[in-house]
Amino acid sequence: MAGLKDATAIVGIGQTAFAKQLPESERTLACRAILAALDDAGIAPSEVDGFASYTMEETDEVEVAKAIGAGDVTFFSKVGYGGGGSCATVAHLAAAVATGQASVGVAWRSRKRGSGPRPWKNTTVQLPTPAQWTRPFGLLRPADEIGMLARRYMHEYGATRDHLFNVALACRNRANQNPDAIMYERPMTREMYMNSRWISEPLCLFDNCLETDGALACVIVSAERARDCRQKPVYVHSAAQGLPAQHHGMVNYWNDDPLTGPAWTAARHLWKNADLTPEDVDVAQIYDAFTPLIPLSLEGYGFCGRGEGAAFTEGGALEIGGRLPINTGGGGLSEAYVHGFNLINEGVKQLRGTSTAQVPNAASCLVTAGEGVPTSALLLRAP
Amino acid sequence: MADALLTPVTDDDGAPFWEYAAQGELRIQACANPDCGELRFPPRPCCPHCQSFDSEWRRMSGRGRIWSYVVPHPPLLPAYAAQAPYNAIVVELADAPRIRLVGNLVTRADAPLDSVDPAKIRIGAKVQAVFAEVEGVVVPRWTLERP
Ligand SMILES: [Zn+2]
Repeated sequence: MAGLKDATAIVGIGQTAFAKQLPESERTLACRAILAALDDAGIAPSEVDGFASYTMEETDEVEVAKAIGAGDVTFFSKVGYGGGGSCATVAHLAAAVATGQASVGVAWRSRKRGSGPRPWKNTTVQLPTPAQWTRPFGLLRPADEIGMLARRYMHEYGATRDHLFNVALACRNRANQNPDAIMYERPMTREMYMNSRWISEPLCLFDNCLETDGALACVIVSAERARDCRQKPVYVHSAAQGLPAQHHGMVNYWNDDPLTGPAWTAARHLWKNADLTPEDVDVAQIYDAFTPLIPLSLEGYGFCGRGEGAAFTEGGALEIGGRLPINTGGGGLSEAYVHGFNLINEGVKQLRGTSTAQVPNAASCLVTAGEGVPTSALLLRAP
Repeated sequence: MADALLTPVTDDDGAPFWEYAAQGELRIQACANPDCGELRFPPRPCCPHCQSFDSEWRRMSGRGRIWSYVVPHPPLLPAYAAQAPYNAIVVELADAPRIRLVGNLVTRADAPLDSVDPAKIRIGAKVQAVFAEVEGVVVPRWTLERP
C-alpha cells in the first residue's frame, strides 16, 4: 500500500472567524472557508472536481459546488460518525486524487453549534448509539457517555482530575497564543478548573469542548501539482480509518475491552503504512471533544503503553517544548469545536512553520479524529 | 411529553428484553446454536461468534457489580434536570461479567434517580436488579446489596 504515501498534499487552508454566535448561515460560512482555502492554494474554484465532508454537515456538495462555481465534480464522499470523520475527508480525497478520480479536492466543515440546538436534545432522531439501552437511564449527552469511560479509566489506572487538567491547560495555553481562538487572552488556572461546575461527574465544564459557530476547509492535490502551488505543500504521508470489531459507538461498554477505542485500530493501520513511528512525531493535534480522549488516544496511537496516558501528561509533556506538544491552536477545548477540522488546518500550519504556537522545525504531525466513535487519522509531513 | 423521562424506543431485536422486564425478569439474548451458546448484548439478529440466527433469552440472576458510573448535572432534558444530580451506572452481570447494562442505582424500585447519595457509589459494589414502571414501561433499576 505504498500508493498513498506522500502522493498527495494539502496546499490550501481556509477558515471563518470562530465565535459563540455568527450571523451567517452554515452554507455561507462553508463557501467562505472553501474560497479562502482555494485562494490560499492559488487554485481557481472552477478547477475543483472533488468534495468530501462528514455527516451532521448541513451543507451538501451540490449546494457548495454551484455556489462557489466548481467545475464538473467527479468524486464526492461523505464520512459517517460525526467527529470521527474529520481526517477521513482528507484521506478519501487523497485516495481519489492518487488514483486519478479527481485532481483538486476540497474538504470542509461548517457548523453552528454555538447558536444552534444541541443535537442530544432531539429525542426522536436516530442517534448513532443503541439509544434504547442508555437514554432512558439518563445517559443523555456525549459528556455522560465519555464520563462513564473516564471514571473507569481513572479507577483502573489511577488517573486523576489533575491529569485531565493537564490536558485542558495545554490546550488553553495554546489558545492564549492564538488570536483566532475563542479562548485567546483568557488564561485558566488549576483553581478555576477544580472549582468549575460539573457537567457529568467526573467531567467538569473545562473537560468539555466549546460550542462554536465557524467553518474550515482545505484543498488536496497531487504531490506533483503541489509544487506549483502558492504555499509550501504538506504531504499526506499516511491515513487510516478505524472501526474496531464489536465496537458500539461512544457507548463502547459492551466491547470486551471498552478502554481500547477506535484509535487503536486506526493507529495500527496508520503506522503500518508510514515511514515514521510515534517517536518521530514532532507535534500532534489530537481530537479533544473531552479531556479524557487525550490520554486514551496517546495510548491508542502508541505514544505510551496501555494505562500510561494519564501519567504521560505530567511534567508539561503536552506543552510547547514538552515531549509531545498537542493541539497547538487550542484544539476543540479552547480554540473552537468544529468537529475537529481546526486540528487538520493547525497541523498544516505547524508544517508550514506558521502556527501561533510554532514547534521549532516541526516536520511531522499526527492529526486524529473523534475517539470513541469510528474514527480516522492522518500523518502529515513537511517536504 | 417533553417533561417525562424517556422510554425505550425498541426495535425487533430488543423488544423481548423489555417484554421480559415487564414480567419482572432480567433476560439476555443468547445464541441457540448448541455448539456455541454465547450471550450477546445489545441484542442483534445473529451471533458474531458462529453466525447462527437462532437465539433464546436466558434468565439472569439479576446480581451484578458496578463497572462505572457518572453523575450528570444540567443542562439536561427537563425530567432529568428535575432529578439532577442523579446517577447513571454500568453494571456487569455476576452471571456474565462481559454483559454490561446501563441503569440507575436507587434505594428501592420506585425511588427517584437521585435517591442514592453519590458519595455511596463505588466501582465494584454489588447490586441487585429490581423493576420499576416508568411512563407505562417497566425498566430495570439497581439497588445496593449492602446499602
Ligand atoms: Zn453462536
